[in-house]
Amino acid sequence: MADQTKIANGDRRAWLGLLARAPAEALAALWSDYGARPEFQWLRTPEIGGVMVRGRAGGTGAPFNLGEMTVTRCALVLPDGTEGHGYVQGRDKTHAETAALIDALMQTGDADAVRAKILEPLTRQVQAARSARAAKAAATKVEFFTMVRGEDQ
Amino acid sequence: MYVAVKGGEKAIENAHAWLAEERRGDPGVAELSLAQIREQLSLAVNRVMAEGSLYDPDLAALAIKQARGDLIEAIFLIRAYRTTLPRFGCSTPVDTGGMACDRRISATFKDAPGGQVLGPTFDYTHRLLDFKLAADGAVPAAPSAAPRHEPTPHITEFLKDEGLIQDEPASDEPPGDLTREPMEFPADRPLRLQALTRGDEGFVLGMAYSTQRGYARNHAFVGELRIGTVAVEMEIPELGFAIEIGEIVLTECETVNQFKGSKTEPPQFTRGYGLVFGQSERKAIAMALVDRALRWEELGEDDLGAPAQDQEFVLSHADNIQATGFLEHIKLPHYVDFQSELELVRKLRREAEERLEAREAAE
Repeated sequence: MADQTKIANGDRRAWLGLLARAPAEALAALWSDYGARPEFQWLRTPEIGGVMVRGRAGGTGAPFNLGEMTVTRCALVLPDGTEGHGYVQGRDKTHAETAALIDALMQTGDADAVRAKILEPLTRQVQAARSARAAKAAATKVEFFTMVRGEDQ
Repeated sequence: MYVAVKGGEKAIENAHAWLAEERRGDPGVAELSLAQIREQLSLAVNRVMAEGSLYDPDLAALAIKQARGDLIEAIFLIRAYRTTLPRFGCSTPVDTGGMACDRRISATFKDAPGGQVLGPTFDYTHRLLDFKLAADGAVPAAPSAAPRHEPTPHITEFLKDEGLIQDEPASDEPPGDLTREPMEFPADRPLRLQALTRGDEGFVLGMAYSTQRGYARNHAFVGELRIGTVAVEMEIPELGFAIEIGEIVLTECETVNQFKGSKTEPPQFTRGYGLVFGQSERKAIAMALVDRALRWEELGEDDLGAPAQDQEFVLSHADNIQATGFLEHIKLPHYVDFQSELELVRKLRREAEERLEAREAAE
C-alpha cells in the first residue's frame, strides 16, 4: 500500500474530478483497453443518490438551493488495503466502480501506468471537447465597428 | 347517503393500455429514442430538469417520452423520482464566474472584457418556418475561432469597483430547503430564489412581464446573461476534502435596476438574480425580474400592492406541480361531496318554495 502522505490531496482531487466529469463511455473504453481487472472487496456497493447543488444570490452572495443532480458513489478496497472511492455524475454504477478502482490503483505502484494509459488520454479528450465548444463560442463573438458618420465625409 | 366508489379497475387497466398505445402512435413511424429526445429536444429536457429540480438529462428525456411531451406531466415524474433518491449531501456553491461560457451578452456594456458572445441563440433568426428541417439533411459544422480559455469576469464587477451597485456580500449561512421543510412567510431571499428557479416558466414569465408593464415597475436592464458549463464540487467526508462530482450547464441572468437610494443607502443600482439549470434564458431573465420585485421591502421601497411584490402570492402559485395537483384533483370522483351538495340544494329549493307558498297564502 502506498504511503498516503506521499500523495498530495491536490493530485487526488484532480483525478477524482476528472473521473467524475468524464463521459462514462470514454472512461469505459480506456479502462477496457488498459485490461487490468484487480481483485477488490466492496466497502460500499455502488449507490445512486442526489446531491443538492447550491448557487449564490447575485453570483457572490448568500447561498441558495438550486436543485439536485444525480450522483453514483461507491468505495472499495484492494487486497493490499488500498482504498478507492468513486463519486461520479449520473446513474452509471459501472462508471462509479471504474472510478473507484482507478482511484485505488493511482495510490499503488501502478500509478504511472494508469496515468499514462487512462488519465492522460482522458484529460486530452475532455479538454478537446471543451476547446471545441469554446472555439464555436469564440466564432459568435460580436466584432463592433463604427459606422462612417456624416461629418467625416 | 353513501355512494359506493368501488369498481372501475378493469376500465382503468384498459385506459392505461390504450394510453401506452397512443403514446407509441403509428407503429409505422420509427420510435423515438431517449438519446434523440436528449440531443434534439434539449431545451424541453432543460425545462424538465429545472422545474423537476433534478439535473439528469437522460431521466428528463425518459420523462418527456413517458409523458407524451406534456412537460408538466414530465416534471411531475421527475419530482416523484427525486423523492426516492437518498441525498448524499450539498455542493459548495457553484462559481458562475468560472463558467465556460457558450453565450455571454450584456445589454449595458458593449465593450465588456470577454466580449459579447452570442452562442447558439434563436435571437436574430427570422422566425420563419424552415422547411429544410422537414427533410433529412446533414448540418454543416459551425465555424470556429481561437478559443478563450481564461474565465469571463462578471459584468457587475465593473460597477462594483466604482461602488455604483449594491454589493452581494458572500456568506456561508446554510440556506433553507423548501423540499425539506414547508415554506413559511415571510420567506428569505435564498428560499425565494429556490422557489423561483423551480417555478413554472410560464407563471414566472407572466409575473416578470407584469413588472415591465407597470405593476411595481423597477426598470431592469440585463446587465449580463451567460450560459455555459460550471463544475460542481462537494466536500467528501471520507476523503476530508472537496472534489468535483460533475459539471452542469446553467443559465445566469443579472439585472441592473434603478434605485433612488434610501435613508441608509446612497443612490445606486440594485440587482435581480436568475440562475436556472440548463439553457433556459427566458426563465432566467424572468426569475431575475421577479426576484428584484420581491426585494422591495429590504430595499426600503414602497409596497405598491402589485402582484409581483406579494411574495405569498408569487411563491405559493409558482409551483406547477402543486398547482396542477390541486387543479386536476377536481376531476376525480367527488360523488359523496357532490351528493351532499345535491341534498343541500334540494333542501334550499324546498324551503324557498315553502316560503313562497306561505307568502301567497297570506296575501
